[in-house]
Amino acid sequence: MAQEKSVNNDDKTSVVKKLMSSNLTWSVVAFIVLIIICTIFDHGFLSLKWNTNTGGLAGPLITMIQESARYLMIAAGMTLVISTAGIDLSVGSTMAVAGAVAMQMLIGGANVWVAILCALLVGLLIGCINGALISILGLQPFITTLIMMLAGRGLAKVITSGQNADASSIPGIAPLRWIANGFIFGIPANFIIAVIIVLIVGLLARKTAMGMMIESVGINPEASRMTGIKPRKILFMVYAISGLLAAVAGLFATASVMRVDVVKTGQDLEMYAILAVVIGGTSLLGGKFSLLGSAFGAIIIAMIRKTIITLGIDAAATPAFFAVVVILVCVMQAPKVHNLSAEIKRKRALKAQSKEVAA
Amino acid sequence: MSNATANAVAGKKSVKKSRHLDPQMIPTIAAVVIFILMLIMGQVLFGTYIRLGFISSLFIDHSYLIILAVAMTLPVLTGGIDLSVGAIVSITSVVGVKMTIAGVPAPLAMVVMIVIGMAFGLLAGTLIEEFNMQPFIATLSTMFLARGISSIISTDSLTLPANNNFDWISNPIKIIDNPKIANDLTFNMGVVIAAVVVVFGYILLHKTRTGRTIYAIGGSRPSAELMGLPVKRTQFIIYFTSATLASIASIVYTANIGSAKNTTGVGWELDAVASVVIGGTIVTGGFGYVLGSVIGALVRSTIDPLTSDFGVPAEWTTIVVGLMILVFVVLQHVVTAFNKKE
Repeated sequence: MAQEKSVNNDDKTSVVKKLMSSNLTWSVVAFIVLIIICTIFDHGFLSLKWNTNTGGLAGPLITMIQESARYLMIAAGMTLVISTAGIDLSVGSTMAVAGAVAMQMLIGGANVWVAILCALLVGLLIGCINGALISILGLQPFITTLIMMLAGRGLAKVITSGQNADASSIPGIAPLRWIANGFIFGIPANFIIAVIIVLIVGLLARKTAMGMMIESVGINPEASRMTGIKPRKILFMVYAISGLLAAVAGLFATASVMRVDVVKTGQDLEMYAILAVVIGGTSLLGGKFSLLGSAFGAIIIAMIRKTIITLGIDAAATPAFFAVVVILVCVMQAPKVHNLSAEIKRKRALKAQSKEVAA
Repeated sequence: MSNATANAVAGKKSVKKSRHLDPQMIPTIAAVVIFILMLIMGQVLFGTYIRLGFISSLFIDHSYLIILAVAMTLPVLTGGIDLSVGAIVSITSVVGVKMTIAGVPAPLAMVVMIVIGMAFGLLAGTLIEEFNMQPFIATLSTMFLARGISSIISTDSLTLPANNNFDWISNPIKIIDNPKIANDLTFNMGVVIAAVVVVFGYILLHKTRTGRTIYAIGGSRPSAELMGLPVKRTQFIIYFTSATLASIASIVYTANIGSAKNTTGVGWELDAVASVVIGGTIVTGGFGYVLGSVIGALVRSTIDPLTSDFGVPAEWTTIVVGLMILVFVVLQHVVTAFNKKE
């Protein structure tokens, strides 16, 4: 018993270490810097008002948090996928499909809860198809999800017959509208829902053996198979979860305007998800993940977008901006840069040595 | 889709008859058979597919895709991918047209377009080789960069001014002049450029050291490194070439269409990947042909008229293409797994 306790203590200290790890610290620093920049350009940036119409807080930070909910969802799914050394490029399309299903069903007169349930099921189904192709057939994740990204957009268009379905004038959509625009104790409801879902995923991953199994599959699927883990089940599961969470994100994105844009809903979101995960310190090579880091990453992405808008930079520039951030973050994480100082020292030592030899 | 599997079966049978045929060629053979079947089916049902006019427009309208397919073959052969080709087409065409409108002579605009392509290729190569980024992450970020910059430059549809010197690429050249336009055999310099690119790709991959190194990297990168092959340099050449070829595809496309927009080329990387995969290049690398990719590009190009003639809504095209890539990837997977067991 005593031994077990000490092991637990070790775990706890390692959790504390993880909390203090540089990636999170850097995320917080980046977040604060962005807020400072925004406040300089827009003095009312930090102001919070109580909006009596919506029954919640209002202000730039609140809209940022509202938008971050969808990034939280896809970033959580993407974290699990990436830690199995995979990738899910289809999240954006899955969002569009889920949104299209919900909107089209509402227009068709379906009950709002049925529409939400169906949207979630369709997302789960897309995730399961990805998972089946990758885990059972053994196809490469990025090819499989690239195909799904292509086909998903087509599917969204087929569902709405190529139109941008608009359900904003349909009666009885209040629950869905509340999910995206409502407030709980003054805080955006979608953000709270997203945080709860991330917490559930986090608890499942960290309080059960699931997280460890996912990591072991990411490090070496063959070795983990031999130790009795079923990599296929794990792989299938992470893509299914990713699809389901993408559907939730799709609901957030479409319900805020009660409209699905089959081309634009979820566009570029796969990139934001990857970026959130990378900012959070999860290696793209798999084997290790930090959901907390990814959650921070997701909020930072929402913050960067808000900064771009606040600074008055053309929205069209956003992708270029993010690309630069990805490149910088990846370059900073590259072993080459990490080893640079060590290498310089070694070279100096070698030079000194050769001089000694010469002398 | 049943055609694909049927052809695969047919392909397997022919393999059993002639033993010297490499089973890995099955996907390529299937693509050739599918292409011929598509043409025959179109001819029988709609009567327009084996006309010289159809063949001419197939090549003229899709010369850019053939170039992109050749470009994409190189990274895919090493098990990598270049997701930035569509965005490079977008940025180079926007810059090129904008320069021409501003009065810059067309040859100079074309040179600038190619230089931009080269720069993006070098950036991707550096990120992949110097900073250990996975190819699809590196090219995804260069894709966003290119698309973002092109959106900053202009979000309007830019039209080439009259009497621009892009005309020489798009002007049709008639070889056979029949009374009916549908029976004319025509081509333009864009087709010639595509043909030159195909020949270049063929020579690069099948006749040079670099080509053999590309196949070796695709087979097993560690082995290629242990053999002392210049893996790093070759990776640079691959991403440099594919981005440069993308800018050449952009020149051909811009000349043909006469305008540019920041949304030009959205999803073309998928069309290029589709062409390469349908053409039989294995996505894990190590096996494939440039000419296979050309066939793949033709198959991809024939899907559009065929689905529209069948009255299938345009939305379904992407699903058909997706399913087709999937079938071919699965087919390749089965073939390679089968090979390993032997």
